Amino acid sequence: MELIGLLNYAVFMAIFIGIYSLLALGLNIQWGFSGLFNAGIAGFFAVGAYSSALLTAPESAVHLGGYQLPVVVGWIGAMIAAGAIAWPIGKVCLRFRSDYLAIATIGVAEIIRLVVKSEGWMTGGARGVNKIPRPFGDLSYLYSQLAYLALVFAIVLVVYWAIERQISAPWGRMMRGIRDNEDAATAMGKDIKARRLEAFIFGAAVMGLGGALFAHFNRSITPEAIDPMIATFLIWIMLILGGSGNNRGALLGVAVVWIIWSASEFVTDQLPTEYAIKAKYMRVFIIGLLLQLVLRFRPEGILPEPQGTAGSPEVKTFQKQESAAK
Amino acid sequence: MPFMEFVNFYLMPGIVLGSIYALGAVGITLVFGILRFAHLAHGDLATLGAFAALGVVTIFGVSPWVALPVAMVVCAFMAIGIDKLFYDYLSERPKIIVVMSSLGIALMLRAVVQVVWGVDTETYTRGIVRPDDYWGIRIRDREIYTIIAMFVIVGVLWTFLQKTKWGKAMRAMSDNPDLALLSGVDNRKITMLTWGIVGILCAASGFFLGINTELKPLMGWTMLLPMFAAAILGGVGRVEGAVIGGLIVGIAEETSVLFIPGEYKAAMAFAILLLILLVRPTGLLKGKVL
Repeated sequence: MELIGLLNYAVFMAIFIGIYSLLALGLNIQWGFSGLFNAGIAGFFAVGAYSSALLTAPESAVHLGGYQLPVVVGWIGAMIAAGAIAWPIGKVCLRFRSDYLAIATIGVAEIIRLVVKSEGWMTGGARGVNKIPRPFGDLSYLYSQLAYLALVFAIVLVVYWAIERQISAPWGRMMRGIRDNEDAATAMGKDIKARRLEAFIFGAAVMGLGGALFAHFNRSITPEAIDPMIATFLIWIMLILGGSGNNRGALLGVAVVWIIWSASEFVTDQLPTEYAIKAKYMRVFIIGLLLQLVLRFRPEGILPEPQGTAGSPEVKTFQKQESAAK
Repeated sequence: MPFMEFVNFYLMPGIVLGSIYALGAVGITLVFGILRFAHLAHGDLATLGAFAALGVVTIFGVSPWVALPVAMVVCAFMAIGIDKLFYDYLSERPKIIVVMSSLGIALMLRAVVQVVWGVDTETYTRGIVRPDDYWGIRIRDREIYTIIAMFVIVGVLWTFLQKTKWGKAMRAMSDNPDLALLSGVDNRKITMLTWGIVGILCAASGFFLGINTELKPLMGWTMLLPMFAAAILGGVGRVEGAVIGGLIVGIAEETSVLFIPGEYKAAMAFAILLLILLVRPTGLLKGKVL
């Protein structure tokens, strides 16, 4: 019995790690490869979660919907919706330094939260959307969890593969070029604004997919599920600690931070109530401090971004010329 | 709608709220202009200032107006301390890293407030204050003080920036940092001075929000977007622009309920921000664009 409980917990944790992995991979496209500061991850997550939920949920008196489309359509819808929200924001803000994008994305997350809470006819207000279908939901509890875990991991693998492919393609090298030296990239005739917009939308769509997976896993989505700042910040610390610009680093960071975060919750729950509430906020303080320490002492993260050009033909020719010059 | 009703229920609250935003926006514009990054912990520093004043009021039982200067000093040292402990080490790195660090600081400051003061809503004084009538304009004393205090604080800062050696050095850093450094401006002292002033302004905006409404751990965070919208609307680096921007954003938020549902009041700041970035990114009074 103990063992089954432990297994259940482990599977539950692993599913969450999978969902957070998608968010971290999405942020890695935006920040890691393109240097775009998105402080509204929770907003894109919420758009994805609600879009997919409304497209697939059965008819209900409290919210829009009753389309009962297949789950896959919901997921695609989630990606499109999140990308569609990202488009106008990127269009306006990507002309400037990333500071402006940071402020605007904070605003977007805030507005999405407002819409979700006050447009009850669409989102069900505080009651949220319930009875969201879950793939393999009719199996027995443990098997259903395991099957969903397998599905989440498969999706993470596909997304990981797609991003890796895209990043090692000329597009990815160009993105890193733009990130590291905007002037040089402009001089080479790259359309910086358009490329950044692509990266921003691509990343937002991946975040939306993460939200959709969360909604279907939970079978319901309410405004409470979207804690704007904590969720966003956790993803940031995951990516920075793991190593921004490195997809494997992002995945490692998710696992490490999520395990620390959950374990600390486990510890604080053991405390008497009056300390437990304070301890909850202390956790937030410590995670903020962790970010400061990582930024100062190991800014490249646990797994730094690989310096991709080492050993490539161009570098070898360059080295030859260097030594010849000497 | 009669004109006086508009003035009493929409315009005056807008000016009061706008004054509070203006105090915050001036601080944001100083950091944006002189230190050249978006300080995302600004709102939460204001929260800390408001609660520091509350601490003084509850411990010593003094009037909140006595607690304000204490809160300003606390916040000034806090801001300088945060810079020395965290931001300073990142000064050689891309500025966006400091923005990220300040997001972490925002969470840390809020956590401190939540641990020390809990999560309940607090007020400085109990009881309801009825507004007085001045030739048909109904306004409370504390609202008059808020507006006056804003103009006094910004006026003193303005004179300081225009007339004194240190103020001129700050403006020089804002206009052209390389040239300022070459002319012998001490970068470290200017940074410290800027943070001290920013801390004072933060404490003031948090305090006046607290005295006109209530104190909540999230009060500063929700002000962040309007304050940034005000700073960018006025023109980054322009103190007087931040005041104009703050007043416009405050009045726009309060009068918006005439046209859109009240829930979306907070969206006005965002709309103004996007609009100004789209139409005139330098702001009303030609500021910087980073």
